[in-house]
Amino acid sequence: MDEQRHLLSILVDNEPGVLSRITGLFSGRGYNIDSLSVAETVEPHVSRITMVTHGSPGIIEQIKKQLNKLINVIKVTDLTGMHYVLREMALIKVNAKTEHRAEILRITDIFRGQVVDVGIDHFTVKVTGDPEKIEAVINLLKPMGIREIARTGCVALPRENGNSH
Amino acid sequence: MKLKGAQILMKMLQEEGVDAIFGYPGGAVLDIYDALMDTDFKHILVRHEQGAVHAADGYARASGKVGVCLVTSGPGATNTVTGIASAYLDSIPIVIFTGQVPTHLIGNDAFQEVDIVGITRPCTKHNYLVKDVRNLAKTIKEAFHLARSGRPGPVLVDLPKDIINSTTTFKVPGEVRMRTYNPTYKPNIRQIQKIIDLVAKAKKPVIFSGGGVNLSKAHEELTKFARKARIPVTSSLMGLGGFPGTDELWLGMLGMHGTFRANMSITECDLLIGIGVRFDDRVTGKTDEFAPNATIVQIDIDPTSIQKNVPVSVPVVGDCRISLSMLNDLLEKLDLTGVDEKRAPWLKQIHDWKSTTPLAYKQGDTIKPQYVIDTLYELTGGEAIITTEVGQNQMWAAQYYHYKEPGQFISSGGLGVMGFGLPAAIGAQVGAPGKTVVDIAGDGSIQMNIQELATAVQYKLPVKVAILNNGFLGMVRQWQELFYQGRYSFTKFEHMPDFVKLAEAYGATGLRATKPEEVKKVLKLGLETEGPVIMDFVVEQEEGVYPMVPAGAPIKKMLLV
Ligand SMILES: Cc1ncc(C[n+]2csc(CCOP(=O)(O)OP(=O)(O)O)c2C)c(N)n1
Repeated sequence: MDEQRHLLSILVDNEPGVLSRITGLFSGRGYNIDSLSVAETVEPHVSRITMVTHGSPGIIEQIKKQLNKLINVIKVTDLTGMHYVLREMALIKVNAKTEHRAEILRITDIFRGQVVDVGIDHFTVKVTGDPEKIEAVINLLKPMGIREIARTGCVALPRENGNSH
Repeated sequence: MKLKGAQILMKMLQEEGVDAIFGYPGGAVLDIYDALMDTDFKHILVRHEQGAVHAADGYARASGKVGVCLVTSGPGATNTVTGIASAYLDSIPIVIFTGQVPTHLIGNDAFQEVDIVGITRPCTKHNYLVKDVRNLAKTIKEAFHLARSGRPGPVLVDLPKDIINSTTTFKVPGEVRMRTYNPTYKPNIRQIQKIIDLVAKAKKPVIFSGGGVNLSKAHEELTKFARKARIPVTSSLMGLGGFPGTDELWLGMLGMHGTFRANMSITECDLLIGIGVRFDDRVTGKTDEFAPNATIVQIDIDPTSIQKNVPVSVPVVGDCRISLSMLNDLLEKLDLTGVDEKRAPWLKQIHDWKSTTPLAYKQGDTIKPQYVIDTLYELTGGEAIITTEVGQNQMWAAQYYHYKEPGQFISSGGLGVMGFGLPAAIGAQVGAPGKTVVDIAGDGSIQMNIQELATAVQYKLPVKVAILNNGFLGMVRQWQELFYQGRYSFTKFEHMPDFVKLAEAYGATGLRATKPEEVKKVLKLGLETEGPVIMDFVVEQEEGVYPMVPAGAPIKKMLLV
C-alpha cells in the first residue's frame, strides 16, 4: 500500500525515560521516525514531541494507537490534513571564499536567513521555514561546499479555527 | 504515621488485597525481606526467579487476582524477564518488585546493578523506578491499578535500596487518577446494534473467542449469546475455557493445530465475530485467505488489537463482558423465531466436517500421548486446572482436554515459554487450593524449570506433572520431519534423566507408565497420591500433532495425520 508522510504532535509527561519509551516503541515495532523534536510546554510537567513519520495507512493507524497506549502519552494529534503552522530551523556552516561571499549573503537574504557566525573562510547561516525551503537553501549553498549542518526537525502547532491567518 | 519504605510496601500490599508473594531474596531486598517477617503474607520461596514470575502468572489466572513477585537487583531482576515477557503477551496482571542499587550508585555499574526498567520497557504494560520514598505508596497503587485494569498486563516497580530504607509519613493514597490512562469499558451501543443486525442476516456465522473473554470472565455471557443466536464458537489457545468444550456449538480450537471443522468454518463463514482476540499469525495463517467470505466484527478493550492483523468491518472498543451483555440485551429484542431452521444447514455442514475429519489417533502397542490426555480428562471429570509446557504437549492438551471455565487452561500462549508449566501449576495451586492441578509436560520443557519441584514439595502443593516423554524436542522434530526432510538436527535427547528417581530426589512421588494398559492405573494413582507427583509416560516417539497448517499457508490447507 502507499506510504504516507504524517506529522504528529504528541503531548507527553515530562519525565525521565518517556522519550525512550517512544523511540523504543518505534524501533521495536519497525516504525520510521523521519524527524523528532521535543521540549517543555507552558505546563512544566508536559512536553510536546513533534514527529514526522511515514508508513502505509495501516501502519500510521497502528502508530497512533500504540502511542496512545503508552501510559505517559497524554494526547496524540495527527496534524496531517489539518491547518497548521510548521517550522524547522537549520544552521548551515558553508565555505566562504572571497568570490562566494556575496552570493552566499544574497541566497541567505532571499530566504530571509541570517548569518550568525562569520570567519575568514566560512559563514554559518541560519534559516527557518518548512523542510522544503531548508532543502532549497542547502541545495543552493552546496556548490560553495557545506562543512556541517544542524537541523532541528519540524515543530508545528495547529491553527486556531477561524481566527488564524 | 512515619514508616520506612519497606514497611510502606507491606502496607500497600495489604491495601491491595495481596495474600501470596512469589519471591527470592538478595542483597538489594534484604530490608524488604526483613519487613516481610512481620507480616502474614504467604511468601513462596521459589528456586529461580523465572519460576516466581510464571507462578505469579498461574496464580493470577487461577485466582483472578493480581500476581505478585519480589526479587533482588541485577541477576534476580534479569531472571524475571522471560516470565514478564510471557505475561505481557498473554495480558496477565502481575506486579513485579525488583530491588535496585541505592540511587546514588545508579549508573555507576555498581555491583548487581542493571537497568531493569530499560530492559523491561518493551515487555511491561508500564514500569517505574521509584526515586523518592514520598512517591512510593502512590506508585504501588498505580502499579496494581494498571496491572488489573483495561487490558491487563505486568507492571514492574524498581526499588532502590536507599528508598526502601528512608522514612516518610505514610497515608493510604486515594483513588488512582491518571489523565493519560482511561480504558474504554463500555462500547458504543451503535456498534453493538450493528453486530445484532449482522447476526440477524447471517447464514453462516462463527464466533471466535480469545484470551480477552477469559480475562474479563465473559464466559457466561458468551455462552448465553452463542446458544441463543445459535452461533458455533471456536477459540484461540488463549480462549480455551471461555466456552464449554462439550457444547454442541463448540468447534474446538482454530489455527495451526486447530480442528478441521474450526478451520473450515472460518474459511466458509459469512460473519465472523472476534471477541477478545488479536488475530495472531498462529491463528490466521495466510491473512489474505482468512475468512475470505466473512464480514468481520472485532470486539477488544485494546484499540491497538483492532485492525492490526486483519481488516475489520465493525470495530468495537470495549470490555468483552460488558459488550456481550449489551449484545444479549439487544438479542432479547430480536425476533429469533425460526433461527433453529435457519441455522440448520450451517450446523449440519459443521457436523459433517466433524464426522468425516475428527481429531483422532489410534492407540496401538506404544502409548499415544493423546490417549494419556483423554484418560486424564476422563479421570478428572474435566474439572482439573491444566497448565502446559510448550510444544506438542501443549497442543494435545488444547485438543484433547475439554475446558469449561476461564482460568482452567493455563499456558504460555503468546511467548510459548518452555518451562512455564510447572511453576505456573504451583502458582495456580496457591491460587486455587482445593483444585486438582496438572501440568501436561514434555520431557524437554520440564527440564527447564524442574527445580521448582522443590518449591512444590516444601509448600506441600500437590501439583501433578504428566510428562509425555517422547525423547525428542517433539514439536521441533515434527517441523524437521515435515519441512526439513526428516533431518533431526539436535532435537533428540541422547541422555535423559530418570524422572522417577528425580522426583524422589526432590521428595516427590515418581511414577512411570511404559505400556498403554498402565496409563489409567498410573494416572489414577498419581491423582490420588498426596503431594506433588511426577508421572513419566513413555510415549510414541515420533507422533505428530494434527491437523497442521504449515506456517504462512491458508488455514484451510491442513495436513491431516
Ligand atoms: C525457552 C524455549 N526455548 C526453545 C523453544 C523452542 N521450542 C518450541 S517447542 C520445543 C520442543 C519442546 O519439546 P518438549 O518439551 O519435549 O515437548 P514436546 O514437543 O516433545 O511435547 C522447542 C525447543 C521454546 N518454545 N521455548
